[in-house]
Amino acid sequence: MLTALLAPFVLAIFAPTVRRVSGPMTGWVLALLPAGLTFYFAQFIGVVAEGGAVSFSTPWVPATGINLSFYVDGLSLLFALLISGIGTFIVLYAGAYLKGHADLGRFLMFILMFMGSMLGLVLSDDVITLFVFWELTSVTSFLLIGFNHTSPRSRRAAVQALVVTGGGGLALLAGLLLMAQVGGSMELSTLLTEGDVLRNHPYYLAILILVLAGAFTKSAQVPFSFWLPNAMEAPTPVSAYLHSATMVKAGVYLLARVNPGLGGTDVWQITLVLFGAATFLVGAVLALRNTDLKLMLAQTTVASLGLLVFLIGLGHDIALQAAMTYLFAHSLFKGALFMAAGCIDHGTGTREIGRLSGLGSAMPITAAASALAALSMSGLAPFIGFIAKEFAYKATLGGIWPVAITSVAVIGSALLFTVAFLVGVKPFLGKPGDTPSPPHEGSPSLWLGPVVLAVLGLLAGPFNGVTETYFVGPAVSAVAGAPMVVDLYLWGGLKTPLFLSVVTVALGAVMFWRATALQEFLARILDRLWGPDQGYDQFLDGVVALARGVTARLQTGSLRRYLLVSFLVLAAVLAVPKVFMGSDAQVIVAPKEFYVWCVAVLTIAGGLAIMITRSRLIAILSMGVLGIAVAFVFLMFGAPDLAFTQLMVETLSVVILALVIARLPVQGVDWRGWPRALRDSAIGTVIGVAIAMVLLSITSRPMDLTLSEYFAEKSYTEAYGRNIVNVILVDFRALDTFGEIAVVVIAGVAVLGLLAFGGRRAASTPALDEEKTK
Amino acid sequence: MNSLILRTATPFLVGLTVLFSIYVLLRGHNEPGGGFIGGLIGASAFATYIISEGTNAIRRALIVPPIAIAGIGLFLAGLSGVASILFGDAFMTGQWWFPDFKPDLKYLSTVVLFDIGVYMVVVGAIVSIILGLEESGQ
Repeated sequence: MLTALLAPFVLAIFAPTVRRVSGPMTGWVLALLPAGLTFYFAQFIGVVAEGGAVSFSTPWVPATGINLSFYVDGLSLLFALLISGIGTFIVLYAGAYLKGHADLGRFLMFILMFMGSMLGLVLSDDVITLFVFWELTSVTSFLLIGFNHTSPRSRRAAVQALVVTGGGGLALLAGLLLMAQVGGSMELSTLLTEGDVLRNHPYYLAILILVLAGAFTKSAQVPFSFWLPNAMEAPTPVSAYLHSATMVKAGVYLLARVNPGLGGTDVWQITLVLFGAATFLVGAVLALRNTDLKLMLAQTTVASLGLLVFLIGLGHDIALQAAMTYLFAHSLFKGALFMAAGCIDHGTGTREIGRLSGLGSAMPITAAASALAALSMSGLAPFIGFIAKEFAYKATLGGIWPVAITSVAVIGSALLFTVAFLVGVKPFLGKPGDTPSPPHEGSPSLWLGPVVLAVLGLLAGPFNGVTETYFVGPAVSAVAGAPMVVDLYLWGGLKTPLFLSVVTVALGAVMFWRATALQEFLARILDRLWGPDQGYDQFLDGVVALARGVTARLQTGSLRRYLLVSFLVLAAVLAVPKVFMGSDAQVIVAPKEFYVWCVAVLTIAGGLAIMITRSRLIAILSMGVLGIAVAFVFLMFGAPDLAFTQLMVETLSVVILALVIARLPVQGVDWRGWPRALRDSAIGTVIGVAIAMVLLSITSRPMDLTLSEYFAEKSYTEAYGRNIVNVILVDFRALDTFGEIAVVVIAGVAVLGLLAFGGRRAASTPALDEEKTK
Repeated sequence: MNSLILRTATPFLVGLTVLFSIYVLLRGHNEPGGGFIGGLIGASAFATYIISEGTNAIRRALIVPPIAIAGIGLFLAGLSGVASILFGDAFMTGQWWFPDFKPDLKYLSTVVLFDIGVYMVVVGAIVSIILGLEESGQ
């Protein structure tokens, strides 16, 4: 299993090489892997259809209980088969679609990486593994959307998709971890058997919101749906694969997966139904408003995802059956339609439906595939799409708010019916239109995918016994969390669902008849409205403006300002608690020795001199006096190493400062004025007094001497050194020291760089600060 | 700097200070001292040399650029850590060698090598900063 999941990643690395070696046959060669994976997964069909499940586990981070564990049940198998099966045709298709493109190798590399991530996502059992693969699909999607990286629109769409889905992914991580905490296991298969524990826990709402944030962003639910149409900037194979058949279904997959654990509550039902229904309607309306084949299809995908979400939200048996059937049907017809749209684009040079007509005679195979897929999408018998729609109506009639939800379903389906005919049938009928290049049929690798998927969509309807036993049935059982009998049928008798289907078709046909007028009408209304896409831009602009404002305030470029702000904050942090909470500082013994008082006077004199002197040079020298006085303090109270270091640092500080001051434009007297001198002195005094009080209160408490004693004891016996400080530095804590000297080297290099590029202006002393911290 | 006294005293001062810095470096394991302090003393010796003789003189005297000394020091420190892996211990476990002729000698160890690395880093970094500052004004 692990091999099967790693294989796409390994092959991905070699995809550019394969491309160089096998030239025009690249697509066929690389498609062997997904084809092989399809067969590999197909061998689980038997076990899973009988209600079994297969799991695999390899330790990954055993210390925290994270395993690379995978779980094959009906739901993950359905997805795995769709991913590898459709993936086979996508790789083939991409090989022909981007034939001669300089970066075809890289493109196929991304596609294969995506395939591996997606397979990992649907098969993962461990929540961390699931999250890793989830984010990998976001990252590979980013790479694929931004494949035409010279186009600003592509780049924007790629970043947008990454921000939205990646952000949702982070929420999902939090949700999954909370879930793991509450349920006490990292394995989904275990967690989901404890639905009651999860649902009754106080964290349930938090978990639900976080998981839904992940699912809704990934599956383009309103109000996050805007990234999906923008992602159509990607080459068509990507749109067909990621943004219709697989990746965008990851959110739906997640909802279906966690349904046994989190589903069934009122919050779950209402949220999913509301968001799903809104998405369904918005997507369907926007699909009709657009005139670009790919954008129309993208919006119908949004609509379909909405339908799936609200079906899962309804949650009863029929709804789950409808959801899984529709999911299966949708992957087939939408993949086919997208690939057919790509064929049309490839053959004619345009995707504007206004310019496309009469392609039927020039592109007969594409036309046939496209028409079959469109019929399935519009929900006509005997296609699998019809069964899905029948079940969806049956589901809405039996769920919450039957009238409202059923009306939404009927209106949305009618809109999808219209769009299906506009996209899949209309371009091939009528007189030949005016297209940039004369229409022609593509190579077999281009039409093979759409034909196979469309024909499967046709066969899955009449042969619904196969569909229900091997694909839909096991998936429904997995979603419900209990074995489930699924009975799909084409003829359900003269009942309400059939009547609703007739209404849908009639409504759709009317809208198709008046399509042009309707599209113009929608364009007039909708284009004026504010949408989340603009909202995304406004949000990003807001973030940038905020960052700019904060930067302008804080990063003024004035070193004095930085120091002032830093020390003010330090003073506040140290002094405010003391003022409000009092201090337990107490002077234990006042020193009696004369020399101690001498040093104290020297220290204070140095400090006072810095405050009031008018000359920079004297200020620097006074700093030196102060520092050396402090070194004496260290020496007197038994820290010779520290005193030694302090002495040397002070000496070198004076040398370096003297070098710097020689470069400064101001000579001699440079008086800053009494107000500033007093302000600086006040801040300095507050910090000094506050630190003294902190130290006094620390020393007046009993100290934990465990470490000191350990080092004192082991220093000579284990490290053969009597100087504990040095032994700690170079032996016990050598790794720390190693990091510190690395910083010193980096600081040195940085200073050299600043001096080389910034000349005089950069001659400040970051390295000196570095020394001081030692 | 054009001071006769300084120029006369510099060779002795610098030589003695560098020698002293190495002494401090090596005694560090048992007495106050060590690579860091030794490095600071060494750097101050070179600072004296720079003030007295100028930047070109010290570049000639050091042969390699000072930042390279820092780099080599970091490399040595890292190497001393890796050495323990060869003996089957964790990274940066100190390794000692007690030669047969003087088994109580406790200086031949990766820990001392590490300290020498620290010394070189400190000397190299500070001297290159001082040099950089001094030369940027010329």
